[in-house]
Amino acid sequence: MRPFAYERPTDAATAVALASVPASAHVTAPVQYKGGGTTLIDLMKLDVMQPTTVVDITAIDDEAMHRIVPSDEGLRIGSLVTMAKLHADPSVVRDYPLLTESLWQAASQQLRNMARLGGNVLQRTRCLYFRDTSYDQCNKRVPGSGCAALDGSNRGHAVLGTSDQCIALYPGDWAPALVALDARVEVLGRTGKRLIAFADLHRLPGTTPHIETSLSPGELITAFIVPGGPRRRSLYRKIRDRESYAFANASAAVAIELDGRTLRDVRIGLGGVATIPWRAHRAEGMLRGQELTEANARAAAEAEFGDARTREHNGYKVVLGKATMVRALLDAQAMEVPR
Amino acid sequence: MNECAVDRRTVIATGAVLAASLSLGSAPAGARASMDTRTTPLTRDITLSVNGTDHAIRVDTRMTLLDALRDKLGLTGSKKGCDQGQCGACTIHVEGERHLACLTLTVAVEGLHITTVEGLAEGESLHPMQQAFIDHDAFQCGYCTSGQIMSAIACVREGHAGSDEDIREYMSGNLCRCAAYPNIVAAVNQAKNEMERG
Repeated sequence: MRPFAYERPTDAATAVALASVPASAHVTAPVQYKGGGTTLIDLMKLDVMQPTTVVDITAIDDEAMHRIVPSDEGLRIGSLVTMAKLHADPSVVRDYPLLTESLWQAASQQLRNMARLGGNVLQRTRCLYFRDTSYDQCNKRVPGSGCAALDGSNRGHAVLGTSDQCIALYPGDWAPALVALDARVEVLGRTGKRLIAFADLHRLPGTTPHIETSLSPGELITAFIVPGGPRRRSLYRKIRDRESYAFANASAAVAIELDGRTLRDVRIGLGGVATIPWRAHRAEGMLRGQELTEANARAAAEAEFGDARTREHNGYKVVLGKATMVRALLDAQAMEVPR
Repeated sequence: MNECAVDRRTVIATGAVLAASLSLGSAPAGARASMDTRTTPLTRDITLSVNGTDHAIRVDTRMTLLDALRDKLGLTGSKKGCDQGQCGACTIHVEGERHLACLTLTVAVEGLHITTVEGLAEGESLHPMQQAFIDHDAFQCGYCTSGQIMSAIACVREGHAGSDEDIREYMSGNLCRCAAYPNIVAAVNQAKNEMERG
């Protein structure tokens, strides 16, 4: 690991001042925030990330960043809340099953105790060509160098939202749930706070896969706001190579509201198949106001994956992704929801 | 003891780095303007609280808690398996919660209470979880065992050891290549009852 200076400010403004330095992208800035460190320290050991200063944000003494608060504007979740704390919160377990199921099915308890939610949504791809610096080609790591995954070992790579420059998968489980719920992200920068739609946080790779988010260097996620009240008929379905402690081959975060068999509202976020947390807008549009039947769900899944682009080893993700989405919808329909 | 050395990549990369003039932590004041944090190791003097004892140590900012425990304090019970947060062999407790020492910076846990496998027994009397692992032969080679035991104790305290299924799910961050898993589940069940009684 390369040497770095370590700072541990106790207020958010100081952290932002320390981190607001010129850089071409948030993830390549020479000053990086460290929450639990489960992504950053790992990638620093691999020499994929090379910050000259690490700003530890866990000592920031701002209650709102450490708490989970239901409010009029929605559920407010501080960015320094750990994954473990949120998935153990009884009221969130009851009111937002997709937000907690997607967390306890992610990582291990040790990692969930360490990892903060702000960093969780910013976790970086598991693409092996990105993580291993002995490969020269990776447009995400070295802009313009090419993409070794396109014709390499790409079983774990994305089929939705890809480009000719990058097919790296967004690996997280929680973000698909947030994108499905139209969550907003509260961000602190040098000029103050701003709110952005969660859907606008992650950027499609396009021709600039090294720019992963819409955050400016130094901007700090302080909270997530989930509007619209409880989503008790919601869940997360995740398919993986082993039953626990593995990244998704395909996953679906689903929240629905039923009027008999008719879908008054339907929200679908997909994981394990796309370059970003994927909102299944096309499927939702086909299902909203319709009866939820297996045939309708299949047709919607078919449409959602209509533009999927596969490579040599990841064609199975289209089949699995569709099946996972259908299963999640039907399972949500069958849920016994407490009143 | 092995002071964390500058690695080969860093030496090779010396010529091609950008110098950011930032606050440099505990660097000597005179060196602030010109010091390149990419090549010059930065150290800190900290107090580490492990198993109830405070240790004043000087650490490189890069040193993980796992390396500090093993190389600075001689506490080699915590094992280095993958060193990437994937195997669980380095599991320790920070303020009673199970964490991975290999992904924890030593400088980040100053002031926090750390417990390692060496801190479990009281004199000659083993912790119920340690005894249960022996009683159920819950290991073969033993390399993952200290991490398994630290994880298992936390698993019980969290209330995640209610059923065999729960134990398997919430112990999944600790890999055992000898596949002693059935015996580990049996050990956790035995110790759970004793911990809840005690």
